[in-house]
Amino acid sequence: MNWEYESPRKAYGETLIELGKEREDIVVMDADLSTSTKTAMFGKEFPDRFFNVGLQEQNMMGIAAGLARSGKIVFASSFAVFATGRAYDQVRQSIAYPKLNVKIVATHGGVTVGEDGASHQMIEDLGLMSGLPNMRVIAPLDSNEVRRVIRFVAKEDGPFYVRLTRTALPNLTSGEDEFEFGKGRVMRDGSDATIIALGIEVSYSLLAAEILKKEGYDIRVINMSTIKPIDKDIIVKAAKDTGAIMTVEDHNIYNGLGSRVAEVLVENYPIRMHRHGMKDRFGRSGKWNVLLEHYGMDDKGIAKEMLGFLKEVKK
Amino acid sequence: MSSIDPEKVKELKRIANDIRVWSIKMIYRAQSGHPGGALSAADILAVLYFHEMRVDPKNPEWPDRDRFVLSKGHASAAYYAALAMRGFFPEEDLLTFRDVNSYLQGHPSLMVPGVDMCTGSLGQGLSAGIGMALAGKMDKKDYRVYVLLGDGEIEEGNVWEAAMTAATRKLDNLVAIVDRNKIQLDDFTDRMVELDPLEEKWRGFGWRVISINGHDVTQIIRALDEARKTKGRPTVIIAHTVKGKGVSYMENTAKYHGKPPQNEEEYERALKELEEERRKI
Repeated sequence: MNWEYESPRKAYGETLIELGKEREDIVVMDADLSTSTKTAMFGKEFPDRFFNVGLQEQNMMGIAAGLARSGKIVFASSFAVFATGRAYDQVRQSIAYPKLNVKIVATHGGVTVGEDGASHQMIEDLGLMSGLPNMRVIAPLDSNEVRRVIRFVAKEDGPFYVRLTRTALPNLTSGEDEFEFGKGRVMRDGSDATIIALGIEVSYSLLAAEILKKEGYDIRVINMSTIKPIDKDIIVKAAKDTGAIMTVEDHNIYNGLGSRVAEVLVENYPIRMHRHGMKDRFGRSGKWNVLLEHYGMDDKGIAKEMLGFLKEVKK
Repeated sequence: MSSIDPEKVKELKRIANDIRVWSIKMIYRAQSGHPGGALSAADILAVLYFHEMRVDPKNPEWPDRDRFVLSKGHASAAYYAALAMRGFFPEEDLLTFRDVNSYLQGHPSLMVPGVDMCTGSLGQGLSAGIGMALAGKMDKKDYRVYVLLGDGEIEEGNVWEAAMTAATRKLDNLVAIVDRNKIQLDDFTDRMVELDPLEEKWRGFGWRVISINGHDVTQIIRALDEARKTKGRPTVIIAHTVKGKGVSYMENTAKYHGKPPQNEEEYERALKELEEERRKI
């Protein structure tokens, strides 16, 4: 497909600068990864409102809480593995419990981190953050959506977790689209089965749907940027319309998108579903696209997984 | 050194005694809580809320107020007692402490009027204090931020991350107070983790260090005055205290870190001893 690729991290950095110009009360924090997370772009523009605390993710989250308690809108960034794993207790106790106005925007979610390997590939973050009361969780599917999501979380009071990926993403939505918090979106209609995907896997799922079309299957593809609260209606409708649902995520199949969708289906409209993604194993080093192929999470892999699933449910 | 009105000192001692009495009553009624560290911190809380801090109980969220973070959140009974006595909420509510329908949560929560930061998971309060101090500097406000830490608590690594950053940022509007009662839940601190030389550690991290007797209100007042005069770096007050101070059988033991008086007799004895202490003031 003729997609235009753009770095979601850069879109984040650019949006922070725009917000910084519009609002005096926005402050940004980082823990020695600002050139990677792109918060450094904000820091260069607004040095007095940028706090890079060094390698102190736990301290960063606590300070973010104190700043928010004093009226600031705080964006705190690091890699997903450190922002949610290393500092989990600080996020829980000092941000989620008191419902403070801190936006945790983590980059480098999932195995698509690539060569750095399993230590840096966070595949549990959606579960960790979704499990926290008061925390809302969003994983934008492209850079245009990153801009909208960052603007949205800046104006909404209270804590958010926003998960970005390291790699450039194809812009599947236009700059003019609106972000609808808590709403999934049909990216491609179909009637034989549904793929619900998030983040980088949405574009691969759309490509997989093209492959499956040649196999005679008409696949619906839904983007589920908001993990929490999740869009029940679009899931139940897809279940009723297509009778089979597969989830695809660059995350462990436990506690992420697949688990959330399963909960909705079991409680509302039980049908067969299948979870695809990292199947409860740590990643490994490699180029990001080679890793997706390795784990069957590229277009061909997703199509193959869906064919196997369809053979089971449609027999 | 300016002289401190002896009547003021007496008043603060009586307030500290009241905080201790309330703490015992609250914890015994709830049959749950942490008397040891509440009793050791009572004098510090009395001086902070009845002498040092600029607060307005009628407007607990007043933007110009001084901030306080009870990083050793398990001393909540003493904290709530100080807040209620200062007028943030009715004193009779103190006897709902830890009940399911009460806003007085087991550990400090933002549900409680006057509480600036929720705490309970140890080691995080100094970070929150840094955030408040940074915001004060950004907004060119002259409020000050006080963080009370337990000595067992500073075994947490997060505290030392915060200690480094507070000095790096030259936060002279931030004061840490370490309630150095030398006992944590399981045992004496030096049998768990060697904290000494504690003064040198903080000094090495770039802080102004003042060591005092944490039960001497005059020393507490003077240390806080010194902290206010200190520019370009944060101040830590190492307040040497006695765990369970004021109730003889709770003093210097880990047994009453997280346990109420064990029976009616112990309870009455605690109140009687505190009453005797009060008469001496």
